[in-house]
Amino acid sequence: MLVANRGEIARRVFRSCRALGLSTVAVHSDADADLPHVREADAAIRLPGNTPAETYLRPELIIEAARAAGADAVHPGYGFLAENAEFARAVVDAGLTWIGPSPEAIAAMGSKVRAKRLMAEADVPVLPELDPASVTADDLPVLVKASAGGGGRGMRVVSDLSALPDAIAAAQAEAGSAFGDSTVFCEHYLTSGRHIEVQILADRHGTVWAVGERECSIQRRHQKVVEEAPSPLVDAVLRAELFEAARAAAKAIGYVGAGTVEFLAAERDGRVEFFFLEMNTRLQVEHPVTEATTGLDLVAWQLRIARGERLPAEPPATRGHAIEVRLYAEDPAKDWQPQSGTLHRLSVPDAVEFTNPGEAGLRLDSGFAGGERIGVHYDPMIAKLVAVAPTRHEAATRLAGALARAQIHGVTTNRDLLVRVLRHPAFLAGETDTAFFTKHDLATLATPLAGPEVRDLSALAAALADAAENRRAARVLGRLPSGWRTVPSQPQRKVYTDGERDIEVTYRWGRHGLTDLPEWAAGRGVEAVSAEPHRVVLIVDGVRRTFSVARYPDGLVCVDSPLGSVSLRRRPRFAEPEHAAPHGSLLAPMPGSVLRVAVAVGERVKAGQPLLWLEAMKMEHQISAPGDGVVTELHVAPGEQVDVGTTLAVVQEDEQGGTDA
Amino acid sequence: MTVLTTRVDTRSDEFAANRDAMLAKLDELAAEHAKAVAGGGEKYVERHRKRGKLLARERIELLVDEDSPFLELSPLAAWGTDFAVGASIVTGIGVVEGVECMIIASDPTVKGGTSNPYTLRKSFRAADIAAQNNLPTINLVESGGADLPTQKDIFIPGGRIFRDLTRASAERRPTVALVFGNSTAGGAYLPGMSDYVVMVKERAKVFLGGPPLVKMATGEEADDESLGGADMHARQSGLADYLAVDEQDAIRLGRRIIARLNWRKQGPAPKPDYAEPLADPEDLLGIVPTDLKVPFDPREVIARVVDGSEFDEFKPLYGTSLVTGWADVHGYPVGILANAQGVLFSEESQKAAQFIQLANQTDTPLIFLHNTTGYMVGSKYEQGGIIKHGAQMINAVSNSKVPHISILMGASYGAGHYGMCGRAYDPRFLFAWPSAKSAVMGAQQLAGVLSLVARAAAESRGTPYDEDQDAAMRAMVEQQIEAESMPMFLSGLLYDDGIIDPRDTRTVLGMCLSVIHNAPVKGADGFGVFRM
Repeated sequence: MLVANRGEIARRVFRSCRALGLSTVAVHSDADADLPHVREADAAIRLPGNTPAETYLRPELIIEAARAAGADAVHPGYGFLAENAEFARAVVDAGLTWIGPSPEAIAAMGSKVRAKRLMAEADVPVLPELDPASVTADDLPVLVKASAGGGGRGMRVVSDLSALPDAIAAAQAEAGSAFGDSTVFCEHYLTSGRHIEVQILADRHGTVWAVGERECSIQRRHQKVVEEAPSPLVDAVLRAELFEAARAAAKAIGYVGAGTVEFLAAERDGRVEFFFLEMNTRLQVEHPVTEATTGLDLVAWQLRIARGERLPAEPPATRGHAIEVRLYAEDPAKDWQPQSGTLHRLSVPDAVEFTNPGEAGLRLDSGFAGGERIGVHYDPMIAKLVAVAPTRHEAATRLAGALARAQIHGVTTNRDLLVRVLRHPAFLAGETDTAFFTKHDLATLATPLAGPEVRDLSALAAALADAAENRRAARVLGRLPSGWRTVPSQPQRKVYTDGERDIEVTYRWGRHGLTDLPEWAAGRGVEAVSAEPHRVVLIVDGVRRTFSVARYPDGLVCVDSPLGSVSLRRRPRFAEPEHAAPHGSLLAPMPGSVLRVAVAVGERVKAGQPLLWLEAMKMEHQISAPGDGVVTELHVAPGEQVDVGTTLAVVQEDEQGGTDA
Repeated sequence: MTVLTTRVDTRSDEFAANRDAMLAKLDELAAEHAKAVAGGGEKYVERHRKRGKLLARERIELLVDEDSPFLELSPLAAWGTDFAVGASIVTGIGVVEGVECMIIASDPTVKGGTSNPYTLRKSFRAADIAAQNNLPTINLVESGGADLPTQKDIFIPGGRIFRDLTRASAERRPTVALVFGNSTAGGAYLPGMSDYVVMVKERAKVFLGGPPLVKMATGEEADDESLGGADMHARQSGLADYLAVDEQDAIRLGRRIIARLNWRKQGPAPKPDYAEPLADPEDLLGIVPTDLKVPFDPREVIARVVDGSEFDEFKPLYGTSLVTGWADVHGYPVGILANAQGVLFSEESQKAAQFIQLANQTDTPLIFLHNTTGYMVGSKYEQGGIIKHGAQMINAVSNSKVPHISILMGASYGAGHYGMCGRAYDPRFLFAWPSAKSAVMGAQQLAGVLSLVARAAAESRGTPYDEDQDAAMRAMVEQQIEAESMPMFLSGLLYDDGIIDPRDTRTVLGMCLSVIHNAPVKGADGFGVFRM
């Protein structure tokens, strides 16, 4: 089995393959060469390059890889080529087994415009399609959608008629670059609908199961963040209707394999209406919640169905409740900006990997094991974490607790936001809808779990752990008391950077414990019970608190405690003068690639004049001159990848325009 | 292997009284240390800071490895004199990039960091320690040169500073000068004689003659910068190897220089794993009696100082007024000589001489724990050859080549001070507890001897002896000798390397032993051990 994908979904498919005794083949881009999915596969084939267009989106390379490795089946995972009918056909034509529905079924659902018509004919409720040219003010707001593809790409909400032409153009451009098909259409936009989908399994012998529904209403940028099964909105009557509609949809196109029929549900006049959105002719990201509530291995069933096996007459009964969250490398507080960096550690206590945890427990599906770089080329999802429990409330609290206790070191993630969502009264009450982040103040939800006081304490713990590590690593006198002085004159000092803020910690190990602490710590009666390089136990306000401390290159110090996780950066004792960024340096605000450069060294520029453009996650960011002056340095060229903080260019500002920033 | 057991009753009144007395002395000591830390006082400290400069101790703190120990030396130099406590200079041993270094920093807040006779003695002592223990030296320079009114006492002997620097280099002991400010006239040879020189931009000033002197001598009009600025020395004269942008940068460069020395300690490494003492070092506060005439068992001290409280006593049944034996301190093997009953008899002297020779056979450093009133006097003992036997001990200690460390716990009187490796016998380090006293004899005895001699003189002259005058004389002498026997007074005269909290004894010894092992540790050879 060759999996034409990367990361967690490749690992997920491999897990079922191994269970069924199949050998596995991975493909990988250059950037992904060291990922666990490559390490775990029995064989791996390199796809030269890094961008999806060069690698995972190249059908011919993948079929060639399958031949080279001796694979006789191809699983597409999700995304990339998973819903590419031509690829499916090429796989079949190459004499390989395609794990998925027929190319015709994919094509039928691939065009959303066509799919909607098909569904309407099969009596599946649909939202009427609007002709972009004849949208009126009464139709607003409308959603502009790419006919091909999914995952929120090429989607635009328009609530002002004058913005429509631009939105259509932008959606067309985005769809064209992402899916190679720039067709877009419009439909009425339900501002606060509920996203409910039904998992389908269909064999080649006419049995079509509606296995269970999932609700995935909590989304950001039209991408799902929290998914669960069953839906808190759906009662037995509605469930029967949904299942019937989903089976009708599948049957209408002779669907075989695993697929998902997505609906948009909304309450109107006291009853719930639902409309067909689209059918995903592949495995979904959120399939684990269905596995958790049914006990099925959906991937194993995909493989069995491909082998021609029969489904039993009835699907298994569902039990309990499962909730999944998607852990993204992104900063929700900064407009969900994707983050890159090295994921030094990813550890969720008590979670089993890629395996149903039974009636209660945690499941972790991740493409990373810790130590890998999270790059800018692919989706920033790090992992999916699923909690299963007898009730929804328990699943939510268990998941929130596990996330809060997880150790995620090296990249900024949406973890704290997820915890806040899972603990939010509206979420716990089942009031989830697609506008969750608008209704419940994103700024509050994006606030870190660890407040300023916890961050200060974490910095103190980091300092004491660093001190213990310094003693441990000392070449001489390592076992003498830490910072011992015959004549004490001042405390030890360590400074940690916490985002924009510096936290200075002072301390001295006196004969009877800590002294010379910063005022805020002395005021809280902070005492040290023990301080080891990776574990510090403090008494704060009479309460014993344990902090776990990990340190990584570049001064990164990660402090985890039940009070919240804090990522700090140790400020070096000495600034290397040559490393200080020259005045007027323009630093990359986010990881990305340089699109264009508009200036040359020596050129005079005016304040605000665009100098160069970065592309990050398909969005363009303009870098402009901070003031009038001359470009004295230019460090990047088009096509170059840059990390956050990379110096892009230096503008020597004119004297009177100079600032001290 | 013998584990010492303790008999100290920490709940006894006596223990409590001893402890209170020791804590009171430690408070006094802390007050004197605070004077040294205060430097030139608030006004000058403030002025120094306003110039954007770091204090001497701040420079040192930034120079040494984070969280590493620092052993300050002679902090009470010049105590009891007209000069500021600390003698306008800070010296000590610190760890820089994993290398134990002698660090010498002038304190510019005290009379501009100028040198007085005590500054000089303190510098010499630091240079001696660096030489004996094979340490690199880092000078943190900012000094106005000589304290001119005292020039007669420093000009001629002061030349040794520069001689020592270049001899250090000849012995492959690196010398580094970080120049933060003035280093002019004779002081210019401080960077001049160092292996590595870092100067702080726009701050360091290094010239033989400043603008007025040059104008007087040659008529040339020149400014500070062109005569001795850091930039000039880095780009033109070549006296500066590194130009630092500021003080922090100079310290950073100093650390990089040490990091690249490829420094290797020449003595054997300590055992990697060892146990802390079983007995609580905190009890050391209550062990020394307030009256030094009352002896105490030094095994109680040893049990609180050595690894695992393990002590293999040598000749435990012979010469019992001196305890000798083997132990480890922070993984380093040591031989220990400790006075038990105060007095040294012939047996104790011979036992000591033999033990010292044995330590030399095995290259084992020696620790001397002083609490002695001296060698026994009296006809029986003179006839028994106490001088010969004491001489054997002094001979052994003088010609021993293994490193010695002395700790003055209580009394250290008379020739006993010599036999136990007093200052004149060049122990690598000598520290005193606040309870220590050192003199040719106890104050009372000395006054009494003077009185007896005077009385005898009066008798031989046939004049009546004035008892009132005698009492007054005795009181005065007793008071003077008592004051001059006190550790702060002796510390002020540089007769020790510092007064330490008894609870720090193990740490101080551990640090000293580690420092000592920068040089080879090798005992004397040429003779077999004399059985005595």
